[in-house]
Amino acid sequence: MSDKMNFIEKEHVVIRFSGDSGDGMQLTGTLFSNISAILGNEISTFPDYPSEIRAPQGTLGGVSGFQVHLGSSRVYTPGDEADIFVVMNPAALKVNVKGIKKNGIIIFDIDSFDDKHLEKAGFTTDNPFEELKLSETIQLIPVKLSSLTKESLKEFDFDFKTMARSKNMFALGLICFLFNRSIDHATHFLETKFKKKPDILKANTKVLVDGFNYGQNIDASISIFQVNKSQCIKPGTYTSISGNKAAAWGLIAASQKTGLQLFLGSYPITPATDILQELSERKDLGVITVQCEDEIAGITTAIGASFAGNLAATNTSGPGLALKSEAIGLAVMAELPLVIINVMRSGPSTGMPTKTEQTDLLQALYGRNGESPVVVLAASTPDNCFHYAYMASKIALEYMTPVILLTDAFIGNGSSLWKLPKLSELPEISIPFVSAEMKGKIKVTSRNDGNMVRYWAIPGMEGFAHRNGGLEKDYDKGAISTDPANHQKMVTARQTKVNNVSELIPELVVEGSKDASLLVIGWGGTHGHIISAINSLKKEGEKVALAHFNYINPLPKNTVEIIKQYKKVVVCELNSGQFATFLRSKVEGVAFCQYNKVEGQPFTVLELKECFKKYLEE
Amino acid sequence: MLLYTAKDFKSDQYVRWCPGCGDHGAIGSLQKAMAEIGVDPNQIAVISGIGCSSRLPYYMNTYGFHTIHGRGAAIATGVKVANPDLMVWQITGDGDCLAIGGNHFIHSVRRNVDINVLLFNNEIYGLTKGQYSPTTKKGFATKTSPFGTVERPFRPAELTIGSRGTFFARALDVDIRTSVDVMIAAAKHKGTSVVEMLVNCIIFNDGAHGWLASKEHREDRMIVLKHGEPMIFGKEKNKGLVMDGFTLKVVTIGENGISKEDVLIHDCTCHDSTIHQKLALMEGPDFPIAMGVIRSVDEESYDEAVYNQVAQIQKVTKVKTFEDLLATLDTWEM
Repeated sequence: MSDKMNFIEKEHVVIRFSGDSGDGMQLTGTLFSNISAILGNEISTFPDYPSEIRAPQGTLGGVSGFQVHLGSSRVYTPGDEADIFVVMNPAALKVNVKGIKKNGIIIFDIDSFDDKHLEKAGFTTDNPFEELKLSETIQLIPVKLSSLTKESLKEFDFDFKTMARSKNMFALGLICFLFNRSIDHATHFLETKFKKKPDILKANTKVLVDGFNYGQNIDASISIFQVNKSQCIKPGTYTSISGNKAAAWGLIAASQKTGLQLFLGSYPITPATDILQELSERKDLGVITVQCEDEIAGITTAIGASFAGNLAATNTSGPGLALKSEAIGLAVMAELPLVIINVMRSGPSTGMPTKTEQTDLLQALYGRNGESPVVVLAASTPDNCFHYAYMASKIALEYMTPVILLTDAFIGNGSSLWKLPKLSELPEISIPFVSAEMKGKIKVTSRNDGNMVRYWAIPGMEGFAHRNGGLEKDYDKGAISTDPANHQKMVTARQTKVNNVSELIPELVVEGSKDASLLVIGWGGTHGHIISAINSLKKEGEKVALAHFNYINPLPKNTVEIIKQYKKVVVCELNSGQFATFLRSKVEGVAFCQYNKVEGQPFTVLELKECFKKYLEE
Repeated sequence: MLLYTAKDFKSDQYVRWCPGCGDHGAIGSLQKAMAEIGVDPNQIAVISGIGCSSRLPYYMNTYGFHTIHGRGAAIATGVKVANPDLMVWQITGDGDCLAIGGNHFIHSVRRNVDINVLLFNNEIYGLTKGQYSPTTKKGFATKTSPFGTVERPFRPAELTIGSRGTFFARALDVDIRTSVDVMIAAAKHKGTSVVEMLVNCIIFNDGAHGWLASKEHREDRMIVLKHGEPMIFGKEKNKGLVMDGFTLKVVTIGENGISKEDVLIHDCTCHDSTIHQKLALMEGPDFPIAMGVIRSVDEESYDEAVYNQVAQIQKVTKVKTFEDLLATLDTWEM
């Protein structure tokens, strides 16, 4: 390393990689995140890609980005704005201009900033930086990424396209240099990824090394960023995991814990498909996946599998959840265990399929015909999707009920550090199977008087043959019934059973400054942004409390008690006020304020801080 | 000596179909078939959707699941794939199976899931009281087609074979022997077995199959196909089917120099579905209606394929437990 270099120690740095959707930005970002995590940084990542697989090259519609936030202290979000922005073409610059920090650094491929590309991105002058009013505050580092990559690969017999595709590795090499990171880890990841393509591996490695070396040769005015190891991380074995993968593995863990075969009925839908793909890989652990003809078959095959005694699940996103509603009602009526993972995206209708939102909450709670209570959970970070998928399975099996787990595009696609769990340390799951003594004595509707959960007899068991179904059943005899009083009794029984889940779920814990006058309420995937805003305000001497919900129906038992302790309560969510509406129906006498955003994007820490400050000043 | 009798498969529920409904005969045949197969009622799951016929599981002393409209095929798929040891029957009607459930039907047939589908075809919506269905004959007047339907009906055999079906059989509700025989064959067949049961709806479409059902003409108007046997029918057992160019033709044995040897021999196991489709689509008055097992082709079933693949992977994998799975990750110590 050249000793001319400046070292700058940073507690937090946000880097955004952006280019055409074919430029390999997701891979570059993922590799850099993993390298940083291995070296002891906290990380949070956010891939932001268009739904078009290959939109016309160089256009605004085809821009794909990946943002990673590194820290030597707790990192909760991928960051609002990028300190360093690696940009492959003018379109990527234009799309991301709002997400660059005022005094940030832009590293750009000057080869791609020619007239043709500038025009494609809609620039009217030959200085896009000036046009976007960036020149004054931002440090620009032009790099001939395309031609340097070509030069680096001249000894190989590659066509132009293949060479152009490797320029992301040149950028990665350079970034590794700028962060004082050895490229050994990157080479290791590449070896795994391109095991079966030795030529590509060779080329990528060569370009990576040349990119790194290039860093040493450029102007000394560039600083090297030093992000130290985080001291906040509990000792243990870690990996980096996306929310979707974590959710899939949570189901696997529940299946391994109970010994029940895991069955997933599914239909591909953005941004939930990863869960189906992940589980389809797991034939080794006997996971059965059926890629169905539609969303309805996705859930109904799962209901069939549940009836037959499997741990059954289906996964989807908003429009798919709408299609599944009638079948969820069947699972409610038949009182069968079922996990439904809904990775929320922007709606209504097809909406913005790759963008994040929390707009399916009321659909999850109420989107069915009849009195049809289900348990609703929400994961809040990529890594805790594992925990909540496990808990969703546990509740479904122990209470013989469908459970909807809400995640979203932001935590589903984003990654965070995950401390590897031990199966033996996960909570026990006790399934209400029928016992031998019950033979001949019980009906399909027979329930445990304590928690109102019905007993589960699996087809094939001798002496328990029964008929289940979507028609109302007699409370005692299990036969179909249209008796008015009986229907009321059954409606109440199903509701009481779901209410009883509150016995299992943990109490709500207030984070931030418990003694504040302002209570912020959040749920699901917004936790990182909200707690970051609150912690940042704390540094400025302001006190704000946070009650963040992972259990939504039923609510934790102490919900009312906690909310009533605060003078002012503001519910923050990425919809027009769905959780606030729900809370108003559950907590009387509280004037809930709302902070809402429906832009298909996560909150920014900055906007939340401004919002909280406003309430503190009032 | 049979292990079970039909009675062992009857539940204690009062059967609520209209008196004279064809479903009574069909369920009797099913219970008889199950007894003849000798399968333990606890090992049977009977799955249905919505409609008159879909009430059937309640009347069976087996495991049963009366689900939602049109989804029986998908639910039955889930049951069978989750637990391939079960014998799975799907009970459905022409509306449930071919209108709202059409997509699930063609895909379960395409996948060749090992389920036995009893498609009760009465060419009408009964439970909603008399609207036309996807199999109602064109021009037929119903409550929603007071001037006659203008729709072309589905022919279940064509749809089954078009979906690459490996088994198709047909029987008439009142013909108990053929019904029992085809149900036994369906149960024994590996893959999706589609049995079209021609049932009468005495209230809303009485006599839909009357041309065929009248005892007087039945033998002349239907041919019960049996694998390996010549295609001979008629009261006098003197009519037969032959190929004439690309089409089938009815001939009379002993006339125009036709002998028994000229008549086609039924081969339900032939992979090429051309003749099966021709047989299944024969219509009166020029042709008899084909009954019995028309097509029964041996192919790997979906559930079998699923578990074969799992077994193959499990033979070579190092990942046997959740801990092994965690060990495949790129991890680091902090």
